[in-house]
Amino acid sequence: MRDARGNRRQPIGLRLWLSGGWLLILACAAIFAPLIAPQDPLAQDLFSGRLPPFWESGTEPGFWLGTDSLGRDVLSRMLYGARLALIVALVAGTLTCIIGASLGLIAGYYRGWPDRIISRFVDIWMAFPPVLFAILLIAVIGTGLTSIILAIVIIDWTRFARVIRAEAMGQGAMDYVASAQVAGRTRFGTMLTEILPNVLPTIVALLTLEMGIAVIVEAILSFVNLSISTDAPTWGGMISEGRTSVHQAWWVLVFPLITLFLTVLSFSQLGEGLKDRFDPVLR
Amino acid sequence: MRPFLSIRNLSVALKNGGLILRNVSLDVAVGKVHGLVGESGAGKSMIGKSVLGTLPRALQITGGEIWLDGVDLLSIPPAQRRKRIGATAALIPQDPLTALNPTRRIGPQITRRLVDILGWTKADAQARALELLEEVQIADPARVMRNYPHELSGGMRQRILIASAFAAKPKLIIADEPTTALDVTVQKQILRLIADMQARHGSALLFVTHDLGVVSKVCDALSVLYAGKVVEDAQMRRFFCRPVHPYSRALLAATPTYTNPTGSLMPVPQSVIDAVEREVVQHDRRWRA
Ligand SMILES: Nc1ncnc2c1ncn2[C@@H]1O[C@H](COP(=O)(O)OP(=O)(O)OP(=O)(O)O)[C@@H](O)[C@H]1O
Ligand SMILES: [Mg+2]
Repeated sequence: MRDARGNRRQPIGLRLWLSGGWLLILACAAIFAPLIAPQDPLAQDLFSGRLPPFWESGTEPGFWLGTDSLGRDVLSRMLYGARLALIVALVAGTLTCIIGASLGLIAGYYRGWPDRIISRFVDIWMAFPPVLFAILLIAVIGTGLTSIILAIVIIDWTRFARVIRAEAMGQGAMDYVASAQVAGRTRFGTMLTEILPNVLPTIVALLTLEMGIAVIVEAILSFVNLSISTDAPTWGGMISEGRTSVHQAWWVLVFPLITLFLTVLSFSQLGEGLKDRFDPVLR
Repeated sequence: MRPFLSIRNLSVALKNGGLILRNVSLDVAVGKVHGLVGESGAGKSMIGKSVLGTLPRALQITGGEIWLDGVDLLSIPPAQRRKRIGATAALIPQDPLTALNPTRRIGPQITRRLVDILGWTKADAQARALELLEEVQIADPARVMRNYPHELSGGMRQRILIASAFAAKPKLIIADEPTTALDVTVQKQILRLIADMQARHGSALLFVTHDLGVVSKVCDALSVLYAGKVVEDAQMRRFFCRPVHPYSRALLAATPTYTNPTGSLMPVPQSVIDAVEREVVQHDRRWRA
């Protein structure tokens, strides 16, 4: 009665390698930014404005990826930008996930009045235009790292709540949940030991996706000058600056843009890859 | 002998009013197998779920009593009820695909019941689980304990579910169409296994099925259910010799026999269905009055 599907382990796919690798590099860059950044990210030098990247003519040593119109080093700003991007991704992503997933789990598994309250709340919440909401919030409590994180949590917890609610509802109807209850388990215990492990792959996928979204939202807010402060080194801020001088100095726009793109892509690919890996049925 | 499970005038309704079970009464004695037959949608599973306290949320018990080992489950507080049910009853479910948690290994899924219900130590439970898996004729139980459900065939999963149902020595087992999801050759093995386990453990067994052929092989008594109403409740021999209710007679005629496998595959006549429907309507009228 042996089964061919046995205990075979899937090798880590290329997708996981690439996305995980890029994020690891980024994390290192963020952690060690003060050590590896060749210049001070805030130091302006109007005499060395718009220096091109190292392979073009007219460069100066130490400014590998060129400088912006105020003479700030693009590479150093990007390294420090990784710090802000990753802090926002981790903190905002995790908070959003914890709040949204808990509410979704409770609504989907308990049903009844907890579900009615939470679902109604989600519906009302989603009737607000989210970006307007975030801008309003920042207008009220001011710009800064905390308000960006808050804005992301406020906009996006409903995504977790809705998806996890649906999943928990499906799992809750399965016979193994009934069996656990017949065996005398409490409802809360059943939720934690039976339902949660089964929705975990989805939570992980949503979480990493959310981290990517957090990076984008932070960039958008920087782009419209609602992020941390005008000269703080953020990717969004750099993109917004680079946009105005793209004909004279394309590198100010292109390097942060590519980094942003790769990062967001990596987050979503990492999520998908992890989901496949954690899901015992797909594994 | 006092029946171990005694359901008295149980009524279950949708929360919006529609009746699902209509004054159902049935008894299952210790060491006996009681069959519960009826067409799909008759409410067979809902009887089992009422006993085990796992009715879907849209449904509620609107009247009656469920006596389990001398205690009316519906008259004690929910926490106590859950405890009693956990200690005395277990379910062999219809679909072995959804009855095991896909994210946990087989071993803990069996031993957990022993630890939860009987308060055993992990090591004792582990040893007992191995024994049980051997008892349900699983080769290499030590390996199976480490497998995930999706790594096993449907027949193996059903064996595991049987082992896990008998694990905590329940005095009542409810088997809800335990063989429907399996192919015919495996069905026979599983059926024999359940009958053997029941005889060895001496538990009361409520056996839900829509197959009279199966009932005739394993049951001591049976109830015939139509639209949530028990239309006949009889000992096995009496039922197959002299079925009283016209619906039972039609059902018997519709069951293929060994000597005449196709000739007896007759649909239940419309006149009989109309008659039962009338009974149901009458019942509802009396019930509302
Ligand atoms: N969650 C639910 N909400 C509303 N009605 C339900 C629900 N579950 C079951 N029912 C109704 O209860 C009735 C009895 O269903 P039940 O599952 O007990 O039938 P059954 O006799 O077990 O049939 P089968 O042989 O198909 O398993 C059906 O008419 C069904 O429509
Ligand atoms: Mg059923």
